[in-house]
Amino acid sequence: MNRPDRRSFLRIAGSSLGIGVLYSAYPAALTQGEANSMFSALGRETGEKVTPFSFVQLSDAHVGFDGPPDPLGTKAFERAVEMINGLPQRPDLVLFTGDLTHDTEDKDVHIQRMKQFQEISKKINVPLIKCVAGEHDAGLDGGALYREFFGEGYYSFDHRGVHFVGLDNVSRAKPEVGGEQLAWLKKDLARFSKSAPIVVFTHRPLFDLRPDWEWFTSDGDDVMNVLGNYDNVTVLYGHIHRDDEHEIGNVHHFAARSLIFAFPDPNGASGPRKPVPFDKDHPFKNLGIRTVNFHGGSQAASRAVSIEDIELTAREFRNINGIQQMLREPAV
Amino acid sequence: MLCLKFVRIFAPSVLCFVGMAAMTGANPAHADNTPVVEITAKRFAFSPNSITLKRDQTVKLRVHSEDVTHGFFLRPLKLDEEIPAGETIEVTVTPHEVGTFMPICDHFCGANHGNMNMTIVVE
Ligand SMILES: [Cu+2]
Repeated sequence: MNRPDRRSFLRIAGSSLGIGVLYSAYPAALTQGEANSMFSALGRETGEKVTPFSFVQLSDAHVGFDGPPDPLGTKAFERAVEMINGLPQRPDLVLFTGDLTHDTEDKDVHIQRMKQFQEISKKINVPLIKCVAGEHDAGLDGGALYREFFGEGYYSFDHRGVHFVGLDNVSRAKPEVGGEQLAWLKKDLARFSKSAPIVVFTHRPLFDLRPDWEWFTSDGDDVMNVLGNYDNVTVLYGHIHRDDEHEIGNVHHFAARSLIFAFPDPNGASGPRKPVPFDKDHPFKNLGIRTVNFHGGSQAASRAVSIEDIELTAREFRNINGIQQMLREPAV
Repeated sequence: MLCLKFVRIFAPSVLCFVGMAAMTGANPAHADNTPVVEITAKRFAFSPNSITLKRDQTVKLRVHSEDVTHGFFLRPLKLDEEIPAGETIEVTVTPHEVGTFMPICDHFCGANHGNMNMTIVVE
């Protein structure tokens, strides 16, 4: 039998999930006049024309974590790398929103974990990987070791007409960005007009999602006030180990799933935060990646993709006899 | 909602107060008859782990750190305190809402910091 190549397999995988995740997250570049004129208008403001592109957000790999909620260590992270490398359209970049490593008070061990993170992440076949720290990377030493490995704690860069800002809300003792960084942010954004497309990526949510689980940034309101001056802001964050979407004002906040273990829905959950227990039959069920793309508009479109969705489809693929079976709904 | 009054007492002055109390037989912390609840913060737990307060009754929470700097944070009661290493802080609270609340340490204090919390029940 003629097996489809990897590229068409992934396309089929996407459609057999009934959500078309992989395929629709990476549409071919739009060519309509309308979209083009919007891109040129935005281009005038950011100094570069916005051209359609997609990227991937990864978060919370916790390299070095070893415990009951995930006995598989870096397996999900490695699967995520394979998923990205198998996407039908190569993403321009990967943003990693913190907790690259799990903390340990043994510095040498933490160094090993950072090295291991680098080993795995360098297998990602994208031109650009950008990170911010999580409190498990930076909490114990104010981010010193993290910066040795990964560079500045906060910074910005432009890509295809979109302005990306990495914010650090974990290197200070409290969950905050702090006055110095806030002043930097204002200065950094000053050159942009109201309609410039901006993507902020950080570890903790910038709003009060669940303060008694430390799911907040204490000066997040100050950050949002600065971002509130702009119409097309997308915030990507991690920390909460689950897929989440919030629209506050005209800012879209998206959280990526983690690559180690999940936390439950905070709504209605009382008491301390506890990881979702490991399920050996569905080890990757709640873990995954987030895809983001800029196509027709100045706001990013985004989707969470579970690793298990892809796993189950792949399992079916290995047992298939014909196209009908390949296209049937996976047993999710 | 809560009315709050913050008083910071540092370790040396605590010793001084205790000394005075021994002399006069009165504990200045109790001078205004406000009940006092003692809480100890130590990596990675508060002790006691749960306290019960009465609605609309003013109490003083005296939080002492036995080791490093900890935080004492509870959004619904507008608590956002820092307890410096080895010191004691005092915060006066009057809870007006019944419920179960979970203050957390929000000052990174070590590898298991994320699980440092306690319960305040208001009845
Ligand atoms: Cu603490």
